[in-house]
Amino acid sequence: MNAPAKDGTQDVSKPWQSEKPYLDSNELIINMGPQHPATHGVLRVILKLDGERVLGTECVIGYLHRGVEKIAENRTYAMFNPYVDRMDYVAAVSNGLGYCEAVEKLLNVEAPPRAKYIRVILTELNRIASHQLWLGTHALDIGAMTPLFYTFRDREEILKIFERYCGARLTAHAFRIGGCQYETYAGFEKDVKNFLTFVAPKIDEYEALLTTNRIWLERTKNVGVISAADAIALGVTGPVLRASGVKWDLRKAQPYAAYSDFDFEIPVGTRGDTYDRYLVRMAEMRQSLGIIEQAVNAIPEGPIMAKVPKVIKPPVGEIYHSIEAPKGELGYFIVSDGSTQPYRLRVRPPSFVNLQALDIMVRGLLVADVVAVIGTIDIVLGEVDR
Amino acid sequence: MPNFVMSYLGSTVTPGQAGNQFWALIYVLIIFAGVSVAVVAMNWIERKALAHFQIRLGPMRVGPHGLLQPIADALKLMLKEDIIPAEADQFVFWVAPLIGLLAAFAVYTVIPFGPSQAVSDMNIGILFMLGVSSLGALGIVVAGWASNSHYPLIGALRSTAQMVSYEVAMGLAVVSAVLMTSLNSTGTGTLSMIGIVQAQQQQGTWFIFKFFPLGLLAFMIFAIAMIAETNRAPFDMAEAESELTAGYHTEYSGLRWSLFMLAEYAAMIAVSSIAVTLWLGGWMRPFPNLLQAPLWEFTFSLFPGLTFLGLAAIAGVGTARMPSHSFFRIQRIGLGVFASLLASIALLLLLIAVAGRSADTSIAARFSEGIGYVYWFVLKVAIFMYLFIWYRATWPRYRFDQLMRVGWKVLLPISLGVLIATAIVGVIIS
Amino acid sequence: MNPVLNSALNTTINPGMAPVATPFFFYLLAGLAIAGGVLVITRRNSVHSALALIGTLLSVAGLYLMLYAPFVAAAQIIVYAGGIMVLFLFVIMLVNIERVSKERRFNRIWPAGVSAACGLMALFVFAFVKGKALFPDRLMTLRESSNTQEIATMLYGERGKMGQYSFGQYTFTFEIASLLLLVAILGAVIMTKKKM
Repeated sequence: MNAPAKDGTQDVSKPWQSEKPYLDSNELIINMGPQHPATHGVLRVILKLDGERVLGTECVIGYLHRGVEKIAENRTYAMFNPYVDRMDYVAAVSNGLGYCEAVEKLLNVEAPPRAKYIRVILTELNRIASHQLWLGTHALDIGAMTPLFYTFRDREEILKIFERYCGARLTAHAFRIGGCQYETYAGFEKDVKNFLTFVAPKIDEYEALLTTNRIWLERTKNVGVISAADAIALGVTGPVLRASGVKWDLRKAQPYAAYSDFDFEIPVGTRGDTYDRYLVRMAEMRQSLGIIEQAVNAIPEGPIMAKVPKVIKPPVGEIYHSIEAPKGELGYFIVSDGSTQPYRLRVRPPSFVNLQALDIMVRGLLVADVVAVIGTIDIVLGEVDR
Repeated sequence: MPNFVMSYLGSTVTPGQAGNQFWALIYVLIIFAGVSVAVVAMNWIERKALAHFQIRLGPMRVGPHGLLQPIADALKLMLKEDIIPAEADQFVFWVAPLIGLLAAFAVYTVIPFGPSQAVSDMNIGILFMLGVSSLGALGIVVAGWASNSHYPLIGALRSTAQMVSYEVAMGLAVVSAVLMTSLNSTGTGTLSMIGIVQAQQQQGTWFIFKFFPLGLLAFMIFAIAMIAETNRAPFDMAEAESELTAGYHTEYSGLRWSLFMLAEYAAMIAVSSIAVTLWLGGWMRPFPNLLQAPLWEFTFSLFPGLTFLGLAAIAGVGTARMPSHSFFRIQRIGLGVFASLLASIALLLLLIAVAGRSADTSIAARFSEGIGYVYWFVLKVAIFMYLFIWYRATWPRYRFDQLMRVGWKVLLPISLGVLIATAIVGVIIS
Repeated sequence: MNPVLNSALNTTINPGMAPVATPFFFYLLAGLAIAGGVLVITRRNSVHSALALIGTLLSVAGLYLMLYAPFVAAAQIIVYAGGIMVLFLFVIMLVNIERVSKERRFNRIWPAGVSAACGLMALFVFAFVKGKALFPDRLMTLRESSNTQEIATMLYGERGKMGQYSFGQYTFTFEIASLLLLVAILGAVIMTKKKM
């Protein structure tokens, strides 16, 4: 809808360029500006409406661009580790996992089994936390005020565990290249097991509030449908892809970090609408609980850090490594030129790619549904803009 | 002077019936003051109840447990700068909240708090209520227009369309209830509010239980329609914050905005009172026909005092549980004073109830009777108010087209069906 | 207002319908109605005209109340002020969202308007002068009578007369009117649908 000019530049002073240079008498262009209570960050969505129906959208991003990838070229590999947490700040630990594993692959080392188990436990806890935040904000956008407070209260327990483990709640910087730096604290297993028994009935509580509620069903069923073929063509991953019926999860397809030791299922939806994405994420929360239980009962003894040189200088080469972050496939493409700083580090953020699907999903819907669909794709602008 | 007061208290007709303008004026002032106090209390209860639903505490600082928060809010709103958009229509901008308030408060002239405790018992009470509450839509559409910006205008037009749609279902549900009043010996029904409650008393059953499930269905239709009439969740798309259109009261600030909120809460209380009068027996205590022994009368007359005693006990427990730190001294004293105030009201009510047991025609008996009527009425309305808050905490919002679909395609056919069924059953039975 | 009527009804059945301070309220309501009417035709802003019309309608409803016709008053408020005027306001606001253009207030065919108004005025004067002889049907007459019982029966007896007439003698008229409304609703719905 917005084709760049011949020399590759885009005219951003007039961000809307439709095929016809004029609008029909019913058509309207509305700007859901960067400051909006429902866009989950600084996202600007330009909507072309016909009365109340959406004819097309265009997302203008970049309001949170901090130049993370450029910064990476001027930091050593270990120095860059805290920066990755700030991209998807909601599920910070997954970013760290992806980055550390990518560099480890470049260095051709492998984290010891104990470190892998700790990584899995913390990453799955983070998945639950991310989904809980998603549920609270998504329900708030649709109008249910109360699940927000419930999910945030329960998320506090996860953040407490993180705080006790590594000192930070949100941007945890929990992992290091080669393993974990901190040994699990005394009482870690007990805390995690308490959490498991604490949160399982809470997830039932969220479901009791929403899953069979008629108003919720009417607001989410058949809203924002994306077919499996469209999803694959756009490169959409994560719960959005799985809700459309494609059983693709990197934890099973390309196992990393001890996931192959655990027994869990991949929830899949059928229709690819908002309701299916809701069900898939709720089921994923429960599957994560299962993984954590299996992991915490079987943490192997041993070192937590592999033999990694003090100065990390990977050999010349490039690598692409991706993991299943809560929002989708999070990939790191690192090009090393043999020095202590990466030559190029490119992040494949799941939210950035999933956001492309917004246009297809909202065609023909009403304006009030746009808010619901943005919520259901589960984007984090820190990741989209980097 | 006492003769004058006694002569009125002993009457069995409303001031409007008696043609007594002085007492009508007193009633109007009492109702105005009462509704204002109720709106203030409702503000506090909404914030606290919503907070407790959401596992937080709500206002705790301004006054003990936030009891003075509504007063602080009112003061703040009064002291705010009165911003009027430059291009707005000055006169219409000023008059719009007044229309809404007028519509909300005028309904109270027909609402009966007792068999003779109403400002005026019109022959056409229900019709008057329906008509005046439909004037509220006018206030909203004028307010949206006067703001001179298209988001409030769209929001106002949507709110008005919603109110107008649900008035139809509301009216049909009301007609079902009015039909049931004609199932007496003479075969004539009545539109007057006091007459409807007296019909429930004569027929020995609240209309919500009559011809089960027809009465219940009509009540539920009215209950859903009244939430949509007052633009409350889950039908509050037109004034929700996370939507594109921000609602008709966007451009209003300070005291004008508080007038809109006053009108909204007053309308909520008014339609709840209508529901209570039509289906839940109005001012009648539970089982007025079944349990008629004087002992039962006495027991039920103790309820107002016991309720206030219960409230005083809750406040007392709150006082005892407050930390005895010097920072909390004023709050503790404040809550203790409030608890003792409630306890003294409770004592007064119990005294009146006990004194009124002895003689039937003493002042205390009349007072006790009157207090009883008002108490049961207010209790039932309070349950509705709590339900309003509960709905807001629990459910998501309907999208606007779904809202209109529910009003026209679901509620309207059901209410028509209930009306026809009620008429058929009534004809068959009588 | 007849003082006999006034004082008698204060003591017989249903004194609540007795008018209070009749001359004052009559002149007030009639004055408001006329003032509203004048404002309707003289305001430039359509919304102001609509609001003035609402004021007129409410005053007329009050006048109906003074004529012992509470049902008509309620119907006036519900249908006219609450329904039709809201519709008027919707139309005004949806068609002219920006500031209404200021046109010439009195255009060139004003002689026709003035003569029509004079004709209407002549009709009213004729009806007033001829008085009750024009309406021989008993129900339309408030007969002067010193028998308060008879007056009270005339006014308040036979409740539900309106319902009896609607579904008894004048059923056909009633049904035709409702059919007309149905046709109007269907027409409105069909005209606004873009494509079936």
